[in-house]
Amino acid sequence: MKRVYPVEDNCMGCKLCEVACVVEHSESHDILRAYKEEVTPVSRTRVEEKGGVSLSLNCRHCEEPSCVFACISGAMTKNDDGIVLVNEEKCIGCWMCLMSCQYGMIERKMINKTASKCDLCPDREKPACVEACPNRALVFEERN
Amino acid sequence: MKIVIVGNSAAAVGCIEAIRQHDKKVEIQVITDEKYHTYSRPGITYLLGKKINEEKMLYRPLDFYKKHAIKTRFETKVTKVDTANKVVITGIGEKIPYDKLLLGTGGIPFVPPIKGRFDHKSVFSYTKWEDAEKVMEVVKTRKKAVVIGAGMIGSKTVEGLSMIGCDVTVVELGKNVLGLALDNTASSMVEARMKEKGVKVLTSNEVTEIYGKDDVEGVIMRDGDEIPCDFVIIAVGVFPNTEMVKGTDIEVNRGIVVNEKMETSAKDVYAAGDCAEGYDVLAEIKRPIPIWPVAYSQGKIAGLNMIGKNAVHQGNFPINAIEFDGVPTISVGITNPDENAGFEVISEKEGNNYRKIVLKDDVVKGAVFVGDLTRSGLITGLIERKEKITEYKDELLGNDLGFVHYKRELRDSKLTQNKNWLE
Ligand SMILES: Cc1cc2nc3c(=O)[nH]c(=O)nc-3n(C[C@H](O)[C@H](O)[C@H](O)COP(=O)(O)OP(=O)(O)OC[C@H]3O[C@@H](n4cnc5c(N)ncnc54)[C@H](O)[C@@H]3O)c2cc1C
Repeated sequence: MKRVYPVEDNCMGCKLCEVACVVEHSESHDILRAYKEEVTPVSRTRVEEKGGVSLSLNCRHCEEPSCVFACISGAMTKNDDGIVLVNEEKCIGCWMCLMSCQYGMIERKMINKTASKCDLCPDREKPACVEACPNRALVFEERN
Repeated sequence: MKIVIVGNSAAAVGCIEAIRQHDKKVEIQVITDEKYHTYSRPGITYLLGKKINEEKMLYRPLDFYKKHAIKTRFETKVTKVDTANKVVITGIGEKIPYDKLLLGTGGIPFVPPIKGRFDHKSVFSYTKWEDAEKVMEVVKTRKKAVVIGAGMIGSKTVEGLSMIGCDVTVVELGKNVLGLALDNTASSMVEARMKEKGVKVLTSNEVTEIYGKDDVEGVIMRDGDEIPCDFVIIAVGVFPNTEMVKGTDIEVNRGIVVNEKMETSAKDVYAAGDCAEGYDVLAEIKRPIPIWPVAYSQGKIAGLNMIGKNAVHQGNFPINAIEFDGVPTISVGITNPDENAGFEVISEKEGNNYRKIVLKDDVVKGAVFVGDLTRSGLITGLIERKEKITEYKDELLGNDLGFVHYKRELRDSKLTQNKNWLE
């Protein structure tokens, strides 16, 4: 399957990916409103920085998704196409997935107390973070 | 070949989904003594607290068995496993043959010796949907509850009861609520929240007697105090359900003993989940770890091995996420280390947020988080990989820890490829 991969040598840490992610997953799809909509809007991709190194990380859509194994409600699933998704309707906010993800890539969405994670932007051909990156530091491709 | 699974919960579903990823045909039969479609056992306290409805209790969609071509036998209790003849025997003496067998029979609530326990009808355990239905019936008319045990099940039950306006007293033998999962600091944060919500918390104490004429009227404490109440819930934990293998050649210690392939000592018999005793990689002993992710992943490994996939379990360690009414907590691995065993503890508490990391020779062995849980999973990863954290020790308690702190090779291999357990 196609996944989003970081290319750390290209990343400048500008965080446009985070902004694009918040906007894409907002009600309004409008940048200003998006940031006012939620108490704290959470991006599902996260720019990490240390010294001169930076990279944008999001869900790996693991072959062995420990978040899915840990989910006690059945809200977290790996679909037939390989995408790991959380069904917010079903999520009971127990946070078992949060602590099981060794990438630390599940966030708490405070507005409805559910888990929130990368869904690879189902309404787009290319995830919003990848498209927003000015430096090709995020790529969307099929790898083994 | 015919695969029989005794159990219909996390271990069973893990097993089924793993098998069906590779083999759509092999015959699979699920036998369970409950009457429900596979459901979220932890959901029963949320159901009680009216946070979720019955539909949300379902762990998998209603077409689950059909989609995976599973034959089901509900309300059928297996009383014996006959490994010589490769059959399981049900309560009515029926013999059901298997080629491969998974025991995913879970746990049985432990009941401490309390006088009067069996004399009253409003005394419940709380581990099944059926228990939830009984308690939900009682709370329609009676609101005064005593919950015995403030571990994971007890505390979540207290939360459920308090959310629907019950007057709850919780009694805990240990000195802390959630004492096994958390540490003193985290426990007292949860306890403070319980009290804020009007729950009476009695720690370092125990119920010695349940009294009442026709039904429960109250409980008597060790120190002689009487607490009047309408019903009692006993939630002091579960122990492995191994009833059906008693007197067989299947080795049982505390739970059914399994190796890293989830095989028991009997050929073609596997065990997984709360009934089993797998390897705890942190404690370095075999012991039951009664949590959902362990049950699921052990079931999965069992399933893969049943169909000849040769999968090995990487080992288990306790992980838990328990939120009590707005106070989320997480605990992983060793949380209360033996002071003289060479552990180092670093921690930070700020307002409603608390973090503690347990280290040994600069390798993370455990952690507790309360409040802000941001990226707590990274810590779980560090425990799993037994990684030396010397270079970024200062970052462990903060929110900025990330893959950028790890070695470049690790980043490259972890972030740029996807591997599964079979490769
Ligand atoms: C209130 C509560 C809250 C919890 N919260 C959490 C949590 O937040 N996080 C977490 O990780 N874990 C939690 N747990 C623990 C978790 O539910 C268990 O670890 C998990 O359910 C174990 O799954 P299992 O498949 O091993 O067995 P179980 O879920 O116990 O299921 C056992 C199955 O076996 C069947 N069975 C048993 N004996 C027989 C027999 N003789 N014949 C036929 N069928 C039989 C039963 O019908 C059932 O289907 C909680 C548990 C409870 C009760």
